[in-house]
Amino acid sequence: MLATQLAALTETREGLTETLAVVDGFDDALVHGLSRLGAAQSAALAALASAVAVTPLGDRVNEAVEKISAGSIGDEHLAALAAARSALLGAVHDELITGLDTALGRTRTAWTEGATPAEAIRSPRGAARAWLAELAITGWRGVEHELVSGAAQAIDGLLADPASRRLAVLLDGLAAELRASSPVATAELVPIRRWADLWTRAVLLAQDSWTPAATAETVTGRLLILGVDLHEHPTAVQAEVHAVLETPGGPTRLVRTAVSATKVDTVVGPAVWKLFTAYPVLIAALAERRSVEITDMPLLDGGDLYWIDGQAVAGAPAEPFATARVQLAEAAAPATQPLDRHPARIGELVLVEGYQLTKGDGYVAFAIGDDAIVVDTDRLPAAGPLTWNLVVASTACIGLLRWDAGTWTLQPLALQAIVKKKPAEAHTADWAQGPTDPKVVKAAARAGDAVAVLRERAGRLLRK
Amino acid sequence: MVLVSDRPADERRSTTRVLPPVEARKLTKVPFVEMADGRLQGVVSSGSDPARVYVSSIGAAEHGLGCSTNNNRPCGGLGGRWACNHIKAMVDEAVKQYGPERVGRFLGVEADEVSTGRDLLDRINGTASSTPAAVVFARFLRHLTYLELPSTSGPIPELHWFPATGGAV
Repeated sequence: MLATQLAALTETREGLTETLAVVDGFDDALVHGLSRLGAAQSAALAALASAVAVTPLGDRVNEAVEKISAGSIGDEHLAALAAARSALLGAVHDELITGLDTALGRTRTAWTEGATPAEAIRSPRGAARAWLAELAITGWRGVEHELVSGAAQAIDGLLADPASRRLAVLLDGLAAELRASSPVATAELVPIRRWADLWTRAVLLAQDSWTPAATAETVTGRLLILGVDLHEHPTAVQAEVHAVLETPGGPTRLVRTAVSATKVDTVVGPAVWKLFTAYPVLIAALAERRSVEITDMPLLDGGDLYWIDGQAVAGAPAEPFATARVQLAEAAAPATQPLDRHPARIGELVLVEGYQLTKGDGYVAFAIGDDAIVVDTDRLPAAGPLTWNLVVASTACIGLLRWDAGTWTLQPLALQAIVKKKPAEAHTADWAQGPTDPKVVKAAARAGDAVAVLRERAGRLLRK
Repeated sequence: MVLVSDRPADERRSTTRVLPPVEARKLTKVPFVEMADGRLQGVVSSGSDPARVYVSSIGAAEHGLGCSTNNNRPCGGLGGRWACNHIKAMVDEAVKQYGPERVGRFLGVEADEVSTGRDLLDRINGTASSTPAAVVFARFLRHLTYLELPSTSGPIPELHWFPATGGAV
């Protein structure tokens, strides 16, 4: 990333403040609950309706606001509100991506609907909708243990079916936070935007009309891995791989591929990699920094490869920083799935080098020219070797540009650094086949193998 | 240039962290402990019989102490105001996993004086009461099923709201 690019990226985009103010109003209504609207909440819902009035959603949202104001709250009304909020944040997403593409000179593929639709989800989602409606009617401030416990029934019905895993994982993540904050009436912090984000997305995923991403094409070619973004909540973990895809005769493009597993909260740190044993080729390629040859792998319409480990073969060693320096600037980025458009979904891969380190109270930033980008050091996972000290000693970084609440940050996925006068390099997934740092190996041995202990317990107790 | 201090409050951020990270711990003795349904509750392996487990609990409000096997046979070690070894082990492990502040706050004990499970139990004036062993045990079994489900391919975009954290300094 060049100084001019960073300067352009941090320029203010028009309309964001106004749009987010409407979102904030709706989010505040969710804190209060939709069952007994006061003047402020009624005004916020009216503002939401008027913000989408000229869109195809206009009539439905208007009707929903009228009904809810009259005290009649149906599933379809909540769906309309969720759609309206999602549309506003989708517009914020688009504005940010347009600014980012312009600043970085990034080519982005135009959105086209996938050719082969995904199979519809069979598991019933009524229980999820009912729980989400209960939350909205009660409001965050009224949430207590009993209401949170109601999520389990909805989640159990969804977990069994891999097609509805997305909704199950989301509800589980939200429920865990609500449980830890219950009773919310006395909680120190109510993460108003965050919970409204999660609620909104869950309502959309819980609609019977919602279907998973379609397959755009099947691809055969070579994957050059750039970095891994790790996601985790108490009962789920996901490794999202960012890579350049080279296909014979085709353009070079940026793709992602994600694998995920359910887990328990006591499986943390490097132990999470043990949950990905179903993907030996991918995991070996990550740990050994190799390219991967893939054959007839489905590419979904948001730029995600649907990973089938049996259709992948590890290739020659490939140095991610070399790939980033040579191919990243030219590779075409995918368009985001329409319903996934949200600022929190933005994670645009960049290479940053030639920076000056700026340290302040609890933060570190990379300065290039007159501007600086703050490094998101919270997003360094315990499952990998990236650390604050390595960030501070770094000379080059492959990372994801993220945006939250008005600020761009850089989440490191790989660092080159000078440690004790010697060049060092670390990547998020270096420990995918087990930690390589002797200190971490020792700590892991002390804690024992959580997955093995619990599987042994499960073997004794579950099958009786 | 925008710096951290210019960021709006946590309540208007999408990726505000709500749950503090939990610490890895040995699971052999106490495979499961949680703060839910108004109780600190968990499952403790029997020292003598590998097929038997005890279900222990402490009420968050009244500090009622409960311990029985998963088949509802009362624990012989629990009597009057004295916590049995199962409860002691559960509290020790809860402190390791969640930290003394979080467990102390949940049980309504002044957190700054507490650093071990023993400290916590010393400040609790509980009496023996019954524990809903079947409910807690069912929660433990449900917990274990999460390790039995098949892993999946395909993106879960919502997990972008849940970044993996906890990297060392």
